[in-house]
Amino acid sequence: MSIHQKTKSLASRHSELSDTFFQLKVLNGKEVTDARFPAFSETIRQAGFPDGRLRPTRIEIFQMNVGKLCNQTCAHCHVDAGPDRKKENMSRAHFEKCLDILTRYDIPKVDITGGAPELNPHFRWFVEECRKLGKHVMDRCNLTVIVSNKKYHDLPEWFAENKVEVISSLPHYSALRTDSQRGDGVFDDSIKAMQMLNAAGYGKEGTGLVFNLVYNPTGTFLPGNQASLEAEFKRQLKRKHNVEFNNLYAITNMPISRFLDYLLEGGHYESYMQTLLDSFNPGAVGGVMCRSTISVSWDGYLYDCDFNQMLDLKVAGKNHLEDFDLNALESRDIVLNQHCYGCTAGAGSSCGGQVA
Amino acid sequence: MSKKHYFDPEDLKKFGNIGEWQKPMADKFFAWYGEVFKEGALTEREKALIALAVAHTVQCPYCIDAYTTDCLGKGADEEQMMEAVHVAAAIRAGSSLVFSTQMMNHTKDMTM
Repeated sequence: MSIHQKTKSLASRHSELSDTFFQLKVLNGKEVTDARFPAFSETIRQAGFPDGRLRPTRIEIFQMNVGKLCNQTCAHCHVDAGPDRKKENMSRAHFEKCLDILTRYDIPKVDITGGAPELNPHFRWFVEECRKLGKHVMDRCNLTVIVSNKKYHDLPEWFAENKVEVISSLPHYSALRTDSQRGDGVFDDSIKAMQMLNAAGYGKEGTGLVFNLVYNPTGTFLPGNQASLEAEFKRQLKRKHNVEFNNLYAITNMPISRFLDYLLEGGHYESYMQTLLDSFNPGAVGGVMCRSTISVSWDGYLYDCDFNQMLDLKVAGKNHLEDFDLNALESRDIVLNQHCYGCTAGAGSSCGGQVA
Repeated sequence: MSKKHYFDPEDLKKFGNIGEWQKPMADKFFAWYGEVFKEGALTEREKALIALAVAHTVQCPYCIDAYTTDCLGKGADEEQMMEAVHVAAAIRAGSSLVFSTQMMNHTKDMTM
């Protein structure tokens, strides 16, 4: 079944929000809305982080956003990815530079995201090279890409051969909730892809092939308890579709890009930001992912996380693959802004789920 | 009264203020309330769905808003939430209809 896209990218709509500087102005009450919230750095200063600064622990995850090209156009996408984003994709030269860095430094995990990373022509070669280096590779697969074209049907077996950890978004076990965010037909295609992954051994006990799901709210509310959501997803997906997975990561929607557009369009921006602030959890600050991750963009720039990347907030100091210096990166100040409240609300949020 | 309507969604945010005029009782109520909704023999989601159903029975608009949000956050979907409301509605309807046995008894007593 083909997917009926939910929306168009902000870029193709020529929306003002496709300008990252404009988004930052909105978040700081200088455009569209005059709603201003306490500075995130001040909030964490009051929570006991000296001078309101955040520093890395150790860089353990080399996260690469290899491009904005995607077969889906989800309503909440923080990357503003879609089928129209054909230009912004990582070149072979930048992949080779990443490989060089991964050879030189002891960074154990490579986390590949997009867009749909599998659409990048260098994807399979790169993953195989990372595996030769002994790296743990994670692929953030949107599921439907597996059934989108015959040439991707073998991905589950190929993932298994290379022992890639597969992490996939599925915002709900109900078709209505999932399709309302990701496009009509996405749920059915996702279930087919999950069944193919299960057939290849993913999510099955004893295979060692890890298949994790990402839950994010399909609206203006925060995720509930991760363990409880995981239990219910497991029960419902097994019962209705005979599908299995390992862990569920609950992730909060960040007030940036297309989710910011959704918030502003519906008049929910102020109340959502207030909800994030009211739910600020000092105990979540220490576990945020920017402390252990470095994020690389398709054009080789370095960021503290994928969200900072989408706001074009580059790391402090030397900020390109060409100047990669692990020691300098591990002693940098992390760039903070108002969207960071999204990672510290409730039980906290990261690419690996709740943190507190 | 300054307002021209009885219910204002903004008033829900003032719920915690009920302690201003009777703090010991309010403190006990909120502590107990928090305990009730913790995961126990029932999951947090099951409790939220029960609360949503009861909210419709007592027709409390604050509770309906609050527990719709809570149900969504805890992973319930539209189908489950509507089923919960049907359970509440069925009990309300049934509790009226079951009294018809009294009407039937009385009618039989009075008629040939």
